[in-house]
Amino acid sequence: MATNREFLASIPYFSGLDDDELDSIGQSFSERKVERGEIIQLEGEVVGELFFVASGAIKVFKTSSDGKEQILSIVRPGEAFNDIAIFDDAISPVSAQAMAPVTLYGISRIELHTLLRDYPRVALNTTRVLAERTRQLMSLIEDLSFRHVIGRVARVLLENAGNGTAPGTRLTQQEMAAMVGSVREVVARSLKALEAEGAIKLERNRIRITDRKALENMVEASA
Amino acid sequence: MLEMPKLDLAKCDCCGLCVSVCQCGAIVMTSNRITIIETDDCGWCTMCELVCPSNAIICAYEIVFDNEV
Ligand code: SF4
Ligand code: SF4
Repeated sequence: MATNREFLASIPYFSGLDDDELDSIGQSFSERKVERGEIIQLEGEVVGELFFVASGAIKVFKTSSDGKEQILSIVRPGEAFNDIAIFDDAISPVSAQAMAPVTLYGISRIELHTLLRDYPRVALNTTRVLAERTRQLMSLIEDLSFRHVIGRVARVLLENAGNGTAPGTRLTQQEMAAMVGSVREVVARSLKALEAEGAIKLERNRIRITDRKALENMVEASA
Repeated sequence: MLEMPKLDLAKCDCCGLCVSVCQCGAIVMTSNRITIIETDDCGWCTMCELVCPSNAIICAYEIVFDNEV
């Protein structure tokens, strides 16, 4: 199958290659269409192909023992999502689900090994991509283990809540993350935890503080 | 009037990702311009905000104390 040269050129793995090289690499790929909501890969599964997203978007997540989903990243066109397991020949550490109708370009492990041998440039690019991903995951892991993030989220809620006369500040999860020095994924998790504890109620576009005292206690505990 | 996620057209580069992830059809692209339509079906899943590579969509939360809305 002839794969779109421009698309390959936009993938960090293949940057710096000339048109002939891109065309020849393109021969190794096959296209796969995925429906919205389809699970493309399950945590613990063996991975046989490296997939690049050509269109649509994929969420990469882990599921905890109690069934809670933790989104680790959103994979957009030009990015790969299962490279870790492809390169260490082990099972996938994460699950991946299509957030929209998705087109993927896949290359088998064997073809990939040939590519890496034949094109040192691709091997070099690959180490860079993996290093970047490691860095990104490390900051997320650091954050997830910081228990005090939840207390800081509680403080942000208390400080920004409307008091009946003055309306409260409107905040996105991204903004809350910036305010507590964390990432959006951790804020989403903290909000769910606060709701499970009965301190807040998450409504459509509103966060209702149902137990002010509980939030204040959390702020104190994390100070 | 139902509040909907907010779009900043100046930041939007019309990649269409938000349209493709939205489950309720609230986001449409017509002649290379994104519009958000008011609909009860939008449950504030915030996926449009999450997927946008240009931070052009925001799904903000109003924070209120109970019984004070
Ligand atoms: S919040 Fe969800 S349902 Fe609402 S417009 Fe965005 S993607 Fe669509
Ligand atoms: S995802 Fe963002 S940049 Fe892309 S079309 Fe939607 S609003 Fe515009």
